[in-house]
Amino acid sequence: MSIVVQVQNEDFCVGTQYQLLSQDSRCGAVVTFTGLVRELSSGDLQQMTLEHYPGMTEQALHAIAAEAQQRWQLGAVRIIHRIGALTPNEQIVFVGVASAHRAAAFAAAQFVMDYLKTRAPFWKKEQSSQGETWVAAKTSDQDAAERWG
Amino acid sequence: MIKVLFFAALRERLNTAALELDSSSFERDASAASVLKHLQSRSADWQQELSRQDLLCAVNQQLCPLHTKVNPGDELAFFPPVTGG
Repeated sequence: MSIVVQVQNEDFCVGTQYQLLSQDSRCGAVVTFTGLVRELSSGDLQQMTLEHYPGMTEQALHAIAAEAQQRWQLGAVRIIHRIGALTPNEQIVFVGVASAHRAAAFAAAQFVMDYLKTRAPFWKKEQSSQGETWVAAKTSDQDAAERWG
Repeated sequence: MIKVLFFAALRERLNTAALELDSSSFERDASAASVLKHLQSRSADWQQELSRQDLLCAVNQQLCPLHTKVNPGDELAFFPPVTGG
């Protein structure tokens, strides 16, 4: 089982990540998720800035991937999260999971995202013509994480 | 010394990213809650900002409850609920 965690300013290539996840002939399933910067309902998002807690963020992501591996038989987990200033439609986050069968790969990818949303120390700030606003945490994200028990 | 970090909206409201506290001002079995109480006593603003119900705490880069023990050399962090992904 390999775990790769990257926290970076640079963009990433989903195709490259998919190739890295599909090297193991014992894995018949690869599930990937990519999160993008979503435009505001007002349509005037100028920039989104991602702050993180250096050191703790990488540890938290690694721990989430390791927990996924304890719950399901996985061949590989790759997590990439960007930091710094991003504009609408840019890629923010990538989660990729390789497993023998699809059920484990789908479930583990969802689990990693749900835990990342509530446990990894990242904070989003939106800048629009209305000014700057820190994004508020959502109860629905907390509920999504809690359903894994 | 005990290092204390603040992040995101909390960092901005306190206008402080990091500070160091002399660990001798705390009892041997001090908890993260004791450190928080000490910080709250700095001013009315700090009292208000550090009394939010949704405040999260990490000791040595691990999320943990406020009753967690704190030792000299530890790194504490306080921050709002996370919003990554």
